[in-house]
Amino acid sequence: MTAQTTAIEAAALALGDDALVLSHRLGEWAGNAPVLEEDVALANIALDLLGQARVLLSLVGDEDELAYLREERAFRNTQLVEQPNGDFAHTIARQLYFSTYQKLLYGQLASGEGPFSGLAAKAVKEVAYHQDHAEHWTLRLGDGTPESHTRMQRACDALWRYTGEMFQPVDGLDVDLTAMENSWLASVTAVLEQATLTVPDGPRTGAWTAGAGRQGLHTEPFGRMLAEMQHLHRSHPGATW
Amino acid sequence: MVTMTALEEELSRIAGAVPDPELPVLTLRELGVLRGVQVLGPGRVEVELTPTYTGCPAIEAMASDIERALHDHGVPEVSVVTVLAPAWSTDDISDEGRRKLAEYGIAPPRPQGPADGPIPLTLAIRCPHCGSTDTELLSRFSSTACKALRRCTTCREPFDHFKEL
Ligand SMILES: [Zn+2]
Repeated sequence: MTAQTTAIEAAALALGDDALVLSHRLGEWAGNAPVLEEDVALANIALDLLGQARVLLSLVGDEDELAYLREERAFRNTQLVEQPNGDFAHTIARQLYFSTYQKLLYGQLASGEGPFSGLAAKAVKEVAYHQDHAEHWTLRLGDGTPESHTRMQRACDALWRYTGEMFQPVDGLDVDLTAMENSWLASVTAVLEQATLTVPDGPRTGAWTAGAGRQGLHTEPFGRMLAEMQHLHRSHPGATW
Repeated sequence: MVTMTALEEELSRIAGAVPDPELPVLTLRELGVLRGVQVLGPGRVEVELTPTYTGCPAIEAMASDIERALHDHGVPEVSVVTVLAPAWSTDDISDEGRRKLAEYGIAPPRPQGPADGPIPLTLAIRCPHCGSTDTELLSRFSSTACKALRRCTTCREPFDHFKEL
């Protein structure tokens, strides 16, 4: 990062990296999802996110260079989106937490006049389907068999400590984070309760929580994900189809 | 909106007649993704296109198809630019486009009006094969992000539904 990086670019990088990294994680399900329809659904959600990432990263610089040639510490995504897919329940918990946040974020940005309003107005409608998808699966797994309930609860608990980071201030992002966090908590609580799950009681900020991704500190699995994502481009620089 | 010259109208007709690469029964005009055609100078034309979904992979194919159609019409220099705002909505699909979708076996999107997401719609989705309104959702995402997979409970046929956006 150079000193000229403007606040808007910093915000575009943070949101763009969230979308890019989650898109890649969801893409890892291709060919592995529990049912064919889910394979297709997760690929479609990944594609929506990739589209958002391309628009956002293009505001910062060359999208390919940013995606394929940056080192781990230069990525500004939250630690939540880089978490491994785990079992299907973990993926759904991550989707629930993130799509609920992203819907609120784009909703606020769309109603403003800022540099992201055009993209946000478009993406908010796409993300509404992602949220709907995550909520339905949370209900199905939470209120399903004892096994699916246990796994869904475990996933919600495991990812809970990463959720505070989404509401940390980001340079250049002009949104009401307190209002967003309150709406997020209310929305997630309602879905978990309807799914007969317990809202995790662990902390979301402060000691014993995670969340320094926006500062470039990432969890251990992210390095491996990045190696896989960047391998082809780095091995064959400038290659085209 | 700037008034179009006769030439721009003609070029807009040609660009608008290009079929959608994913749903070739629809033209880009019927899909509502063509935003404008502007003659920048002799032999230089700029076309504004809006994507259906932010990550729609078809946008690049659309752009090169438009370039080809206008080249064939004698325009040497064509640039296609993507505009995001105002966001495309399924309400931008023309009536003729909706009719063609249904004929092709895809249930057209229901009209929405102003909204910021999938509002609970009470209008039933009609089976494009037998016309029954008794249909059920199989999957929220089908062959592409813009479609959902449904099944008709009357004739038992599965079909795609163009989701409201
Ligand atoms: Zn039918």
